Amino acid sequence: MLNKLRRELESIGSLSLDLISGIGAVFVFLLLTLRYSGTSFQRFSLTIREIFYSGVLSLIIILVSGLFVGMVLGLQGYETLQTYGSSESVGVLVALSLTRELGPVVSALLFASRAGSAITAEIGLMKATEQLSAMEMMAINPIARVVGPRFWGGVISMPILTAMFIGTGVLGGYIIAVLLIGVDSGAFWSQMNAAVDVSHDVLNGLLKSFVFGLAICSIATYQGYSAAPTAEGVSGATTRTVVSSSLAILALDLVLTAFMLKG
Amino acid sequence: MNRATLNLWVGIFVVGGFIALLFLAFKVGNFSSGNLGETYGVSAHFDNIGGLKAGAPVKSSGVLVGRVVAIQFDTKKYDALVTMRLDKRIPFSNDTIASVLTSGILGEQYVGLESGGEPEMLKDGGEVTHTQGAVVLEKLIGQFFLSKSQEPAEASK
Amino acid sequence: MESDAAVEISGLNFRYGDRAILKGINMRIPRGSIVAIMGQSGCGKTTLLRLIGGQLQPTDGRLVVEGQDMNTISSDALYKLRRRMGMLFQFGALFTDLTVFENVAFQMREHTDLPESLIKDLTLLKLEAVGLRGVRNKMPSELSGGMARRVALARAIALDPMIMMYDEPFTGLDPILMGVIAQLIRDLNSALGTTSIIVTHDVQESLRLVDYVYFVSEGVIVAEGTPDEIRASKLPYVHQFVWGEMDGPVPFHYPAPSMQQLLTGNSLHSW
Repeated sequence: MLNKLRRELESIGSLSLDLISGIGAVFVFLLLTLRYSGTSFQRFSLTIREIFYSGVLSLIIILVSGLFVGMVLGLQGYETLQTYGSSESVGVLVALSLTRELGPVVSALLFASRAGSAITAEIGLMKATEQLSAMEMMAINPIARVVGPRFWGGVISMPILTAMFIGTGVLGGYIIAVLLIGVDSGAFWSQMNAAVDVSHDVLNGLLKSFVFGLAICSIATYQGYSAAPTAEGVSGATTRTVVSSSLAILALDLVLTAFMLKG
Repeated sequence: MNRATLNLWVGIFVVGGFIALLFLAFKVGNFSSGNLGETYGVSAHFDNIGGLKAGAPVKSSGVLVGRVVAIQFDTKKYDALVTMRLDKRIPFSNDTIASVLTSGILGEQYVGLESGGEPEMLKDGGEVTHTQGAVVLEKLIGQFFLSKSQEPAEASK
Repeated sequence: MESDAAVEISGLNFRYGDRAILKGINMRIPRGSIVAIMGQSGCGKTTLLRLIGGQLQPTDGRLVVEGQDMNTISSDALYKLRRRMGMLFQFGALFTDLTVFENVAFQMREHTDLPESLIKDLTLLKLEAVGLRGVRNKMPSELSGGMARRVALARAIALDPMIMMYDEPFTGLDPILMGVIAQLIRDLNSALGTTSIIVTHDVQESLRLVDYVYFVSEGVIVAEGTPDEIRASKLPYVHQFVWGEMDGPVPFHYPAPSMQQLLTGNSLHSW
C-alpha cells in the first residue's frame, strides 16, 4: 500500500519534472529561433510563403467557425436575455464574449490544430528525410532558413486570423439576432458600440492572440525540430504539438485574463 | 504555387485582417470615444459609487464626454474619490452636478454630468462639489414601502 | 601546416552517452583520391561522415579536415569549410517543397550573389551532368529513387566542392543505375580533382571504383588497403564481407538462448 502510494508520488514527481524541463526546452528553442530571425525579415518572401501556408490556408476553418460560434452566441444570448427583457443587449454579449475570450481562445485552438500540427509535421519530416542535415552540410543554418520563417509566419498570421474570427462572429450574431429573430438593428449596434472598449477589449483580445501565436509557433517548431526521425516520431510530435499548445493556450489565457482584468 | 499568386493571397489576407480590425474598432467598439484626444482631469467625492468601475463612461445628456480613470477611498472624508478625464473641447461650469447613474435596469453604471449656470468653468485638476451617489436598490425599496405605509394615514386626514 | 591530406584522423574516439561508437580510428585521406569506408550496417560509418562534416564533435582524438582542426573550429570557419564540402545523403534528402531546379540552385541562391541568368545556366549544367536536365520543373516527389539520388548529386556538386562525401550511394539502386552513379563519381573526381569519401556496404561496386579501402567493424578499423589487397586478404572478417558468406566472424544469429534450451523449457524465464 505504502509502496503503491510511493510509486504514484514518484510518477507525479517525474511528470512535473518533465513538464518543467519541457517548458524550459521550448523556451530555449524560442530564444534560439529569435537569435537567428534575421533571415526571416531580410528575406521576407520566405516568411510570406509561410504566412500563406499557416494563415491563408487556415482562413476557411477560422471564418466558418467564427460565423457559427457567433450565431450560437446570438441564439443562446437572446434566449437568456429575453427572460430579463433586455434582448437588445445580445449584441453586447456576443461582442464582449468574442473579443475578450472566445475569439482569441477558439481561433488559437483551431490554429494549433490546423497550422501548428502542419508546421510540426513539415519540420519533422524534413528532419526524418535528412533535409535539415543536408542544409547544415550546405552551410545553411536550418533554424534561420526553415524554423524562423515558419515561426514568424505563424506569429504574424495568428492575430489577423483572430480579428477575422471575431469579425465574422459578430456578423454571425447579427444574422441570428437581427435578421432572423428581429432584434432592433440600431439597438444591437449602439449598445455594442457603447459597451465594447477598443483598448480594453479589442486590443487586449488581439494581444492575447499574439501571445498564443508565440506559444503555438514555438511549441510547433520545437516539436518538429526535436522529433525522432521516424514515422512514429513525427506523428507523436504532431500530437504533442496539438495537446501541449491547447493546454498552453488555456493556461496562458487564465494568466492573461487575470492580469488584464486587474489592470 | 507561383510566387505572384502567393503574394496576392497573402496580400488579400493582410488586407482582410486590416478590414476586420477596422470593423472591430469602429463598428463593434467605439474607437473615437475610446480615444478622447486631449483631456482634462476633474475629481468628485461620492457617498456611494455602487458598481462604478475605472474605465466607465462619463456622459452628459447621454453623450459620452469622458471616462473614469481611477476610484479611491478617501480616508479623510470616508467616501469615494472618483477621478475622471473629460474631453478638452467640452467645458463644464464650476457648479456642475455629477451623479452615478445606471443605463437601464441591469446595465452598466456611469457618471452623469449636468452643467450648472456659473460662468466660471472647471479647470484641470478641479473638483465637482455637487454630487449624488448611486441609488442603492435596497434603500429605494425601503423608501417605497415607507411611503406606502404612510399613504393611508395621509388619505384619512 | 599544409599537407597533401584532405582528411587526417588520429586516435579518434566518439561516444554517444556511454556507448562507444568509434574507437581509436586512424585514417589519412589524400587529396584527389577516392576512399571507401566499408562495414556492416550500424558499425559507425555514417557517424564518421558526420564527424568529418562537423555535424558531430569527436569525444577525443584529432580530426583535421582541409587543415582545419575540427575540435577547435569556430562555427564561422565550419560554415566556410562546409561550403567547400558536398554530401550525398542515402535517400537524397532533396527539399520536398522545392522543384528539382530550385533544389540544385539552392546553394547558389543562398551563398552567392550571382545574377539569375548565370544561376540558371550553372544549374542546368549541373543537371545536364547527371543527365536530368529534362526533369528540372518536377517536384522531388515525382522522381524515382534513382533519379532523386542523381538530382541530389547534382545539388551536392553545385558549388564544385573539394571534398565529396557519399553516404551509401549504391543502396537500393538497380545494377544499371549503380554503374551510372559510379561513373559520375569517377568523372567528378577526374574533372574537378575532388576528394571523395564513400561510405558503403556494397563491396563489389566500390572495389572497382576506389583507390583505398578502410574496413570498420564495431567502431574499429579492422583492415585497410588497396582494392587488390582487400580482395586478396586472408583476414576472416574481410573475406566474409567481400565474398558475402553468411556465417563467419560476423555471426548470423543475434545472441539468444539456444533453440534446444528453449524447447526443453530450461530457460523460459529468460524470455
